[in-house]
Amino acid sequence: MKLRQGTFSFLPDLTDAEIHTQVQYCIDNDWAVSVEYTDDPHPRNTYWEMWGHPMFDNPDAAAVVFELNECRKQFGDYYIRVIAFDSSHGWESIKLSFIVNRPKDEPGFHVSRDEVKGRSMRYSIKSYATDKPEGRRY
Amino acid sequence: MTKDSITEEKKVINKIDLHAELNETGVEQVLFDLDKSLIGLDPVKTRIRETAALLLVEKAREKLGLAHETPTLHMSFSGNPGTGKTTVALRMAELLHKLGYVRKGHLVTVTRDDLVGQYIGHTAPKTKEVLKKAMGGVLFIDEAYYLYRPENERDYGQEAIEILLQVMENNRDDLVVILAGYKNRMNTFFESNPGFRSRIAHHIEFPDYTTPELLDIGSAMLDQLNYYFTKSAKNAFTEYINLRKKQPHFANARSIRNALDRVRLRQANRLFKQNDGPIDAEKLSTLEEVDIRESRVFSGGIDN
Repeated sequence: MKLRQGTFSFLPDLTDAEIHTQVQYCIDNDWAVSVEYTDDPHPRNTYWEMWGHPMFDNPDAAAVVFELNECRKQFGDYYIRVIAFDSSHGWESIKLSFIVNRPKDEPGFHVSRDEVKGRSMRYSIKSYATDKPEGRRY
Repeated sequence: MTKDSITEEKKVINKIDLHAELNETGVEQVLFDLDKSLIGLDPVKTRIRETAALLLVEKAREKLGLAHETPTLHMSFSGNPGTGKTTVALRMAELLHKLGYVRKGHLVTVTRDDLVGQYIGHTAPKTKEVLKKAMGGVLFIDEAYYLYRPENERDYGQEAIEILLQVMENNRDDLVVILAGYKNRMNTFFESNPGFRSRIAHHIEFPDYTTPELLDIGSAMLDQLNYYFTKSAKNAFTEYINLRKKQPHFANARSIRNALDRVRLRQANRLFKQNDGPIDAEKLSTLEEVDIRESRVFSGGIDN
């Protein structure tokens, strides 16, 4: 099951040239771009590990694509995303976030249904991948 | 646009007007500015023209669907201090940007300190950080030979060189590296790092300026500041340049700038001392012979 999180996730995977164009758009808007990775695809897993530092002072997107490829070398079968943080007053949050790398095999999620008090249902989801410990999931 | 229509369009173009191309890119303007604002440096200008022509032809070939390869654009500038290496590098960045060979066209100037770390494991991230900053533009490494210190085999400079070479090769489309420094030391540097020599296609030498050229440079500098020499002052300054050139640590245009700064200082001092009523713009912008003659150079001393 292909993970659909963030912008462009219903499109085919972006090529490096397309990533470059998107990142350049972010840089031109003065957003701080960073690369993040994780092997826990749960939608509530908001904070992923950051690869290196946020790249504040690179005027060209080639730097981000370069770091992304470095990250892929080490975490090729993790989820990797690019995030763009807008620090302008009143926004101070992520403006754009999209997945740029995913594991070859994505097993998807298990929906568990708990019958609780008064026969009402409580649903939760859990990735099949997270059965295994961190670092050995994909 | 579909794929078919793109190939069709390619077939239609079978002639390219190089001069129209030249005008379109705005390169002509940069070359013209270069000619006008930089005095002397004829071999350098010729090389830059040649390079620009090659790049334009390469672009035209690409448009016609002929075999083409992004040429290696890494350069080395060698010459004495003050011969305009940094200034030309700045123009080069602009030129390459207009020709579409670098995306942003900014210039990042670094020296050994910015690339080499102080302890183990510090160098690689530092060098990479600089390289990333320079991507899309031009990286100018001043006094590049300091990167290589053969007398200390544990020097971290070697590590910076390796990363530099790797990125120069793999990210050729992303950045252009210009190495600069004195001629002799650059030659030794290239001899001991053959990898660098083969990765750099353009070796450009910056000649020293002649006295009339230096005088022109001086006048141009004064012009910008709204100052001018009297006729006798001009003669005195020519004499000054001739004397100064024979002294050690002569740094071409930079020495001229420093000399002019001191001349202005003396002029201001003279105006204060004279103290004869209100003065006009004319007096404020005239540099007299005495302002120059007071220099230590005329009495055998050394100016910087």
